[in-house]
Amino acid sequence: MFFFLALMILVFSVLTVTSRKILRAAVYLLFVLISTAGIYFLLEYTFLAAVQLTVYAGGIVVLIIFSILLTSHISERTVVAGWKQGILSALATGAGALFTLLTIYRFTFTPASAPANPSTVTDVGTALVSTTRDGFALPFEVVSVLLLAAMIGAIIVARRENDNKTENKQN
Amino acid sequence: MAFSIYDFSDFAQSVHESLSSSLPPVWTTVIEWTIIGILYILFVALFGLFLVYAERKVCAAIQQRVGPNRVGPYGFIQTIADFIKLLMKEIINPKGVDHVLYNLAPYIVIATVFIIISVFPFAPGLQSFDFDIGIFFVTAVSSVGVIGILLAGWSSNNKYSLIGGIRSGAQIISYELSVGLSLITMVILAGTMQISGIVNAQADGWFLFKGHIPAFIAFVVFIIAGTAETNRGPFDLPEGESELTGGFHTEYSGIKFAFFFLAEYMNLFIVAAMVTVVFLGGWQPLHFGTGNGFNAAMDLLPPLVWFFLKVCTIILLIMWFKWTFPRLRVDQILTLEWKYLLPINLFNIILMTVIVLLGWHW
Repeated sequence: MFFFLALMILVFSVLTVTSRKILRAAVYLLFVLISTAGIYFLLEYTFLAAVQLTVYAGGIVVLIIFSILLTSHISERTVVAGWKQGILSALATGAGALFTLLTIYRFTFTPASAPANPSTVTDVGTALVSTTRDGFALPFEVVSVLLLAAMIGAIIVARRENDNKTENKQN
Repeated sequence: MAFSIYDFSDFAQSVHESLSSSLPPVWTTVIEWTIIGILYILFVALFGLFLVYAERKVCAAIQQRVGPNRVGPYGFIQTIADFIKLLMKEIINPKGVDHVLYNLAPYIVIATVFIIISVFPFAPGLQSFDFDIGIFFVTAVSSVGVIGILLAGWSSNNKYSLIGGIRSGAQIISYELSVGLSLITMVILAGTMQISGIVNAQADGWFLFKGHIPAFIAFVVFIIAGTAETNRGPFDLPEGESELTGGFHTEYSGIKFAFFFLAEYMNLFIVAAMVTVVFLGGWQPLHFGTGNGFNAAMDLLPPLVWFFLKVCTIILLIMWFKWTFPRLRVDQILTLEWKYLLPINLFNIILMTVIVLLGWHW
């Protein structure tokens, strides 16, 4: 089952970057993200899997598809990159892959003998709001302040346009 | 084989034992998966057909007509005849569509429906998945379903489909918020997201009665938002026949159209089943307190019957909406969600938290 999911991730990742239709690329990305969620389910980490589905598959991909829907036409094709860009990006990805592989192979994994202990929602919830050493209350609050700032920013950006429009109407 | 209509867990256990005693474990798993898969497909097909028939009869009753009455007794076989007709129709691939996405879209929609249905407990022992994130899993998977509708709208290469798809997307994404928040309100009361845990916690009274005021507010909000999320009237402007000739599924024909059609009705079932599980106690009979005569009398009806009785009542209610209220405009739909339901929901979550902390519930 793991190999099936890994194959899905590999195939659809390649298709995502090689497809010349932008919406198809977004859909292939969706399959990559769903397969990743499948691997989390395989690890019995259901909470992270559901978060992966909600945030990435249900949230970000829908957002991407929505913006494509509003901006591009069905007959549009993305331009094929020139050979100079091709060589440069091949170098960059090759270096990245080499770095990752080196890091993985130089790290010595010690196999654990204890049975896998999937964390439940209760564990996640208590860790999120506890203020002890393993608690995440502070990052949680910081992130919520960041989100609040982003939302206020979005409202202000949206509002200014409306004010201008009403002023124009009054003029 | 132990078989009881009140509790299916013994029956499932005995099926499992008799299979594994005569077959190797791999084949046992394969056969069990096959049986469960066939049962779900049969359930979706038959219940979908029944819902289409019910919709036509309810609509006819509200409009003072007779409805289907020619094929079979009371027209009961009408929808089966219609379904056979749909299967025999030619599958048309219009020119200029994006073939990959056009063919993929109906399967995304119907696949999410099957995945969501798998978590509902129809009776004790009749549930295939019981995650500890049950409710969250349902909302997570249903957020993927909208992608199928968006893809169908865009890949059809048709302006009506595109407008229908975008409307439907905007509507579903907005109302998902209300659905999620009203479910969170009930999770605060239940203290768990596991579906079996939620159902078992309602053995001495349904959450609608246990959580009184905030639970009732959440119930009303959930039914409104759920109706909107299934693209049904009065929120059916993504497919408004008079302006968009069917919206995102305009270009589909034959079995692919049938998939959208079936998925729409099964989404109706999913909303009703969610209401049943979270507010009306799932398969739990109507109980007040513990160990009195009233409860014993209610226990006579099997849980399976209770579940479908509640689901059908909610479905009837939602159909009643569709044929009573006029269709809303786009701006009215978005105003309803963002300016009314969302603030009510946020207030309701605080109210529910206060009530749970003070212990003012049964």
